[in-house]
Amino acid sequence: MSTAGFVSARALGLAGCEACGLVVRLPAAGGVDHCPRCGERLHSRRPASIERSWALAITALVLYVPANLLPVMTTNTPLGAVSDTIMQGVVELWSPTSWPLAIVVFVASVTIPLGKLIALAYLLLTVQRGSVRSNAQRVRLYRLLRFIGRWSMLDVFVDTFVVALIQLRPLMWVEPGAGVIFFAGVVVVTMLAVNSFDPRLIWDLPQQERHGDG
Amino acid sequence: MAPAGRPATTGAAVADAAVADRGLVACPDCDLLQRLPLVPLRQTARCARCRAPLWRHKPDSLERTLALALAAAILLLIANVVPMLGLSVAGREAFTTVVGGVVAMWREGSQVVAMLVLFAAVIAPAVEIACLLLVVLAVRRPPAPHWVATLLHGYEFVREWSMIEIMLLGVLVALIKIAELATVIPGLALFVLGSLVFLLAAMAATFDPRLAWERIEWAAGSDQGGGARALR
Ligand SMILES: [Zn+2]
Ligand SMILES: [Zn+2]
Repeated sequence: MSTAGFVSARALGLAGCEACGLVVRLPAAGGVDHCPRCGERLHSRRPASIERSWALAITALVLYVPANLLPVMTTNTPLGAVSDTIMQGVVELWSPTSWPLAIVVFVASVTIPLGKLIALAYLLLTVQRGSVRSNAQRVRLYRLLRFIGRWSMLDVFVDTFVVALIQLRPLMWVEPGAGVIFFAGVVVVTMLAVNSFDPRLIWDLPQQERHGDG
Repeated sequence: MAPAGRPATTGAAVADAAVADRGLVACPDCDLLQRLPLVPLRQTARCARCRAPLWRHKPDSLERTLALALAAAILLLIANVVPMLGLSVAGREAFTTVVGGVVAMWREGSQVVAMLVLFAAVIAPAVEIACLLLVVLAVRRPPAPHWVATLLHGYEFVREWSMIEIMLLGVLVALIKIAELATVIPGLALFVLGSLVFLLAAMAATFDPRLAWERIEWAAGSDQGGGARALR
């Protein structure tokens, strides 16, 4: 067991301030206290971490459906209008010279948001079951999620600058579709979901975990 | 643990207590309580249990961060006033800046997305640079007043949402999408933003938040006693 022989701050009634890192003694009564150095609220574990994280992850999953089904942009010409979803945008980008970028957009827009939600669900489920196995791998997965999550914003920027440049009415102009709003929502909500998750829960022993939840 | 001869009720005494105890850290990723070892220059102390980086010993952190933040502030200003991308098709030319992209999104009906792009590409990087610049200037003469703590909180919060590097990749993809329809003219801002990505990364890597926190006056450091409402 990888937690043997180690003492957590919580076991001693201490907590590291999440903002400035100062180690502080928590009030014995369990009330809300503030960091004496930086003034931030102190908590041993983020309050309602698991519930908030689940709620946000499920919201993101719901938004993921229209984000991928609705068009993110519509190209208008005198001959008519063509709408593209994120996936169609990736297909159009696929060419002998620009296929590496097509892969980057596909990974950032389709793989990362979905992969992030699956990985977060795995972390939440293992913490809820009080798992004590592969803690080091799970905390590494959490750090990866925090690091890569922002890159999903890529397609929002692509759409913005295509829309900004192709405004040559009446020859050709591009309008943003409803999909891009849902997609931006997926990115923001998944980032908030990962931020709500408290990685310190991974290392808590089952009895501590239940005590903290109750 | 304050040295003899100092009044015990001042902020300095409370700060001294922290200095005496400053080797103690609780790992942010696993809550393991440990003492920071002596760290050689340019080396990182990692958590004994989960290997999370706890502290990196950075040379001349404050001076170097100040120089990088000043340079970044100038580049961000230039990047937002000069054209970023131009387009030439059938004898017509159109140019856009970063804010031009936001305005176009707003006009075409995606106001929420426009605000998000404005925040991630302009406001968050500007706040990130401005906060850090003021923090490193203020902590040169410790103890820095407590409002510096608010700026440092702001810096930490906004960092995750500052997405210049992602925007730049997005512009590159947009450029390639458009290239088959029209001639694309890269603008000066594109190169300025490219340099800014490296400057921002260097700025964040050079800054030592632990050192800055140690030089900021405590929220509860005055003789008003416990609680976080030290009025200054
Ligand atoms: Zn604090
Ligand atoms: Zn750790």
